[in-house]
Amino acid sequence: MKKAQLVAGLVLVGLVVLAAVVSLFWTPFDPIRVVPGERLAPPSLTHFLGTDGFGIDIFSRLLVGARTTLAVGIISVSLAAVFGVPLGMLAGQAGGWVDDVVMRTADVVYALPALLLAMLLASVFGASTTTAMIAIGVASIPAFARVARAGTLQVMAADFILAARVSGTSRWGVASRHVAPNIAPVIGVQASVGFAMAILAEAALSYLGLGTPRPNPTWGNMLRDAQNYLFVAPLQAVWPGLAIAVAVLGFNLLGDGLRDYLDPRLREVP
Amino acid sequence: MSEALFRVEKLTRRYSDPGREVLGLDQVDLSLAKGGRLGIVGESGSGKSTLVRLLAGLDRPTSGRIWYEGTEITGLPERRLGFLRASVQMVFQDPRSSLNPRMRVGDIITEPLRSRLVRRQLSAEVDHGARLAEVLAAVDLPADAAGRFPHEFSGGQRQRIAIARALAPKPEVLIADEPVSALDVSVRAQVLNLLTELVADQGLTLIVVSHDLMVVRHLCDQLAVMRAGRIVEQGATSDVYSAPKTDYTAALLAAVPKIRTGAGRGDSEPPGRFGEPKSGREGAHQ
Amino acid sequence: MSLLEVRDLTVRFGRHRTVAVDGVSFSLAAGGRLGLIGESGSGKTVTALAILGLLPGNADLSGEIDLAGHRIATLSEQRLSRLRGDVVSMVFQEPMTALDPTMRAGRQVAEVLRLHAGAEAGPARDRVVAMLAEVGLADPERVADSFPHQLSGGQRQRVILAMALINAPELVICDEPTTALDVTVQATVLEKLDQVLDASGAACLFISHDLAVVSQVCDQVMVMLDGRLVESGSVAELFTNPKHPYTKGLVATARLDAVEPGQRLPVVEDFYHPATGESR
Repeated sequence: MKKAQLVAGLVLVGLVVLAAVVSLFWTPFDPIRVVPGERLAPPSLTHFLGTDGFGIDIFSRLLVGARTTLAVGIISVSLAAVFGVPLGMLAGQAGGWVDDVVMRTADVVYALPALLLAMLLASVFGASTTTAMIAIGVASIPAFARVARAGTLQVMAADFILAARVSGTSRWGVASRHVAPNIAPVIGVQASVGFAMAILAEAALSYLGLGTPRPNPTWGNMLRDAQNYLFVAPLQAVWPGLAIAVAVLGFNLLGDGLRDYLDPRLREVP
Repeated sequence: MSEALFRVEKLTRRYSDPGREVLGLDQVDLSLAKGGRLGIVGESGSGKSTLVRLLAGLDRPTSGRIWYEGTEITGLPERRLGFLRASVQMVFQDPRSSLNPRMRVGDIITEPLRSRLVRRQLSAEVDHGARLAEVLAAVDLPADAAGRFPHEFSGGQRQRIAIARALAPKPEVLIADEPVSALDVSVRAQVLNLLTELVADQGLTLIVVSHDLMVVRHLCDQLAVMRAGRIVEQGATSDVYSAPKTDYTAALLAAVPKIRTGAGRGDSEPPGRFGEPKSGREGAHQ
Repeated sequence: MSLLEVRDLTVRFGRHRTVAVDGVSFSLAAGGRLGLIGESGSGKTVTALAILGLLPGNADLSGEIDLAGHRIATLSEQRLSRLRGDVVSMVFQEPMTALDPTMRAGRQVAEVLRLHAGAEAGPARDRVVAMLAEVGLADPERVADSFPHQLSGGQRQRVILAMALINAPELVICDEPTTALDVTVQATVLEKLDQVLDASGAACLFISHDLAVVSQVCDQVMVMLDGRLVESGSVAELFTNPKHPYTKGLVATARLDAVEPGQRLPVVEDFYHPATGESR
């Protein structure tokens, strides 16, 4: 039953990855070139999902959009994890004023929405995929720090930490040998959920014009384009919406599945 | 005291909980000679675990001093506690908590050997593989245990793994904090026998913390009874056991459950004597 | 007729159908006190859960359990939950996790009462406080108004005892109720358990790995090994004259006081070898 979750998550995420990889080598039509004569074509054998308001094949744009989605997810989650996890572990292991400083700072960053950060960055550097990645990544640092700190506190309460200290193991040794492997599953879950959040945030930013600019396709700016034709061609909005839903669901399922799979204690016979 | 290994003077430890202060340890004096076997008994909250954690350098006292082999350890920074880390090792109550579930048994046992602090104290570089094989044999675990994870072992075996880890750096002092109270009665005797053997064979100085006077009586020749952060009674185990001076010690002794073999419930037989077998109340049969 | 009748109970788990309980039969009369001894993994807790109808979904049960005239396997979940509390209740090992940390102790006891007896809030409070006093809590009013973390281990375990007894069940199942407690606290909790059981006339199935503890509370005792009952009889008989080599080993190894300090203690393996099942 638990395994089914993991498999379903892997299949959905696999679909997104497959789309991104295929788009590197092949798309049915050019995803960028405007074809004025074929505007708003309904789904057909030539255009599986129809064409958009510029006469571009929607299926092709969806495939290429998967690339942006994954890139933004990977970069922003990595950014958040690389800064958030060590900070959270530091706060959890050191305690005292270090803990206070790290976590209060995290609270402040947490209060800044990714949207605001993205607007700031876009106003300075201009809206691009990179500014969206950085904004989403920085905004996700507090979530990773919190999860890492909570996990660290739990591990630090175990007797094997005392045993390690009796053995003269350094703080670094405790962090790398004891804390990190034991919080890895919760970080994995957080990464998966964070990935899902990043996909949503990226879609929202692109939708608002604060992410990847046209003509490069992302699922978010496809939604934005589609809203102009919402009453003429409602299917336009369905396709990118569906793609976002599939990716978000996939990463959430993967996260839950991973948590159960990675914990050796849960594999113990009852 | 001539050759005290551990000496403790007016040791006090206060914990500040939000809103109130808790006295964990209150002006404790203690001295333990090399090769001694000291039992510390008391109820939870009596300060016995606090005391041994201070001895092991895991915690800092509010006031008072501790000497190990003539060197004062109170106030020393962690990096200068290498000599203590190499020679004082601990076994904890529950091996489910004291063994990292994500480390293989071999890595768990050799952890003390990998610490830079401890390595500096050892005269020669220790061959980890050889020492691992030695201590696994000493605790009667098969050599192939090293590659497995803790959850693949039973409770008694896991406690053996914890003991093997403590033995790895060839310590002088072994501190056992409730070493058998998380174990089934059926494996308790095995672990107690193992501890007895190891202490005799390797000439260890032993400190055992327990709420069970019978366990301490079996392992230790000296006894300290603690209550509310103070040592209320101290002496040779056999003396304290046969003639407790305080009511508290007497109550601890009386509370040790004994097998009742007579009929009438409630009146337990004195230890070492079987009552008349009478038929119990009708109730169960197979 | 006996209160509890278990016939040929077998429980298997999971896809590999690992046998946890293997052909266990026993009965317990109203007011009787039956001990179930075994080490962790021997199947004693699974037996208790089967009697309560609380086995997890991946468990496969065969055999019959009759409790107070009800056949457990045939009851709906709704009927089962009525039975639990009214007829049978349980005392768990870990007093901290068995209580809800966000609810005052008195309310948790009252909740049990309300669910089964449908009592009003006012009189329920009086009965809860009276019950807390009965299980030996010195200041029942204060305990009733405390959260679990404000109570000591012994106090918490007595609150659990009160929860188990307040509906005057016919059977109380105790699963290692004192294992997590200090010896002194254990002694007082056991004494109280003995008194309240006597006063209410409830029967008790007492599960423990500790022979001494079982002998304090029970009249009859069964020994479980690898899911099977290997020996049963009266406490007096079984502990003075054990027949099965495993029981002999258990009795010998439990008696720390019978051996001079520092001498080798007898272990179960001196009498019984698990691999071959033979006595030595």
